[in-house]
Amino acid sequence: MGLLSKKDAKLITDPLADNNPITIQVLGICSALAITAELEASIVMSISVLFVLGVGNVVISLMRNIIPSKIRIIVQLIVVATLVIIVDLVLKAFAYELSKTLSVFVGLIITNCIIMGRFEAFALGNGPWRSFLDGIGNAAGYGVILIIVGFFRELLGSGTLLGIPVLGDPIGTPETGPTGLYALGYENNGFMLLSPMALIVVGIIIWVQRTRNKALVEDH
Amino acid sequence: MSNKTDSNIYTIIFAVAMVVVVGSLLAFAASSLEPTISENKRLEKQQNILYAMGVNENDESSATFISTDKAPQAFSEFITKQLVIQDGEVSEDDQAYLIDVKKEKSAAKKADYSRRLPLFIGEKDGQTYYIAPIYGKGLWDAIWGYVSMDENMVIQGAYFDHKGETPGLGANIKQRYFMDDFIGEHLLDTNGNFAGITVSKSNADPTNKDKTDNEVDAIAGATITGDGVSAMIKSDLRLYVPYFKNLKNN
Repeated sequence: MGLLSKKDAKLITDPLADNNPITIQVLGICSALAITAELEASIVMSISVLFVLGVGNVVISLMRNIIPSKIRIIVQLIVVATLVIIVDLVLKAFAYELSKTLSVFVGLIITNCIIMGRFEAFALGNGPWRSFLDGIGNAAGYGVILIIVGFFRELLGSGTLLGIPVLGDPIGTPETGPTGLYALGYENNGFMLLSPMALIVVGIIIWVQRTRNKALVEDH
Repeated sequence: MSNKTDSNIYTIIFAVAMVVVVGSLLAFAASSLEPTISENKRLEKQQNILYAMGVNENDESSATFISTDKAPQAFSEFITKQLVIQDGEVSEDDQAYLIDVKKEKSAAKKADYSRRLPLFIGEKDGQTYYIAPIYGKGLWDAIWGYVSMDENMVIQGAYFDHKGETPGLGANIKQRYFMDDFIGEHLLDTNGNFAGITVSKSNADPTNKDKTDNEVDAIAGATITGDGVSAMIKSDLRLYVPYFKNLKNN
């Protein structure tokens, strides 16, 4: 990579795999369970977090030397809340349709523990450029897991991807009956749409990841 | 380690300055964007009402409004009358679509207030549509919608929206496959009494062939949102029954 030094590049690649915020640090689980019932919501949430974490990390990093340590958590919370609200207002004024899709996520972004976690653990001790990379990397790592979970939950739960039926039509017309896989007796698993299955899917991802990389398994 | 940022004075000054800066930033953003935002909301109401009477740009499966730049013109073209019903008195008001149903609904809880009920009358292809707004609560937050009916209170179109229902579950009330199920459903039972429509988990009619059962098929995993839809249809559309009874008698 010519653009980034090796050390900087690791800030992006690490959270994607061996230091993934969800599967390794177990941060951001709440939103990963809440909004992954369909792929589109997962993608929208990933992009939103990417933006907020990238910008937020830079802001906190620029302020790191003037933030009083006694109230730093409050300051971080205010920064992220302000950012999210301003983005929400601007979208409401200039991209109303998009803002309606996003409004559900606004509260979830502010309370996302990854954001506070990265502010606290990284941006407070590093310069703006490295903080920006760290923010992007962690948000991408979070987004990858969200999209994987969203993909399987929507596919197995609703038989659709991005709202488009991919496994056939479960009801069909009165003449033809169910089509595609459903004609063979396949049925959607409604349980996939509920949050507990998101936890199980995340668990399976963690299992696969740790089987492939034994270094991640903790000794007890 | 003593650091200037650790002193109490500094902390307090910083906190105050932060509140002032952030407060004025947000206040500025909110008030300068407010006109654009309320204009967007006004257009959205027109789009919603038009959607319910079938003036939309739906393709095969997605729900698409008529575009915002066409909405005001289409609204004046298709909506022939805007009525406000209060205490059984019907009056015309061309701003009726701006009535805040949420405020009316909560104000009506007071004994001395009788709720203003907006009703929009639309004409399309020689057919008359009566469109009423509904408002209620889902699992997390508000849900609302517009229902268009014919003079027998048979639903001709419905639009639902929500503030914060779960994506993929309750949020699907604004999907075509759910909203379109309401088309053709009778709000009155066979005896002509108001029965509303129940979003049912057990009606054994997933393709919704039976239009007179006062039921539509529910969305899996969205029980409470679905119950909210049933509740707002029953509570709000019931109020229009006297108007439709009058319509028949005249």
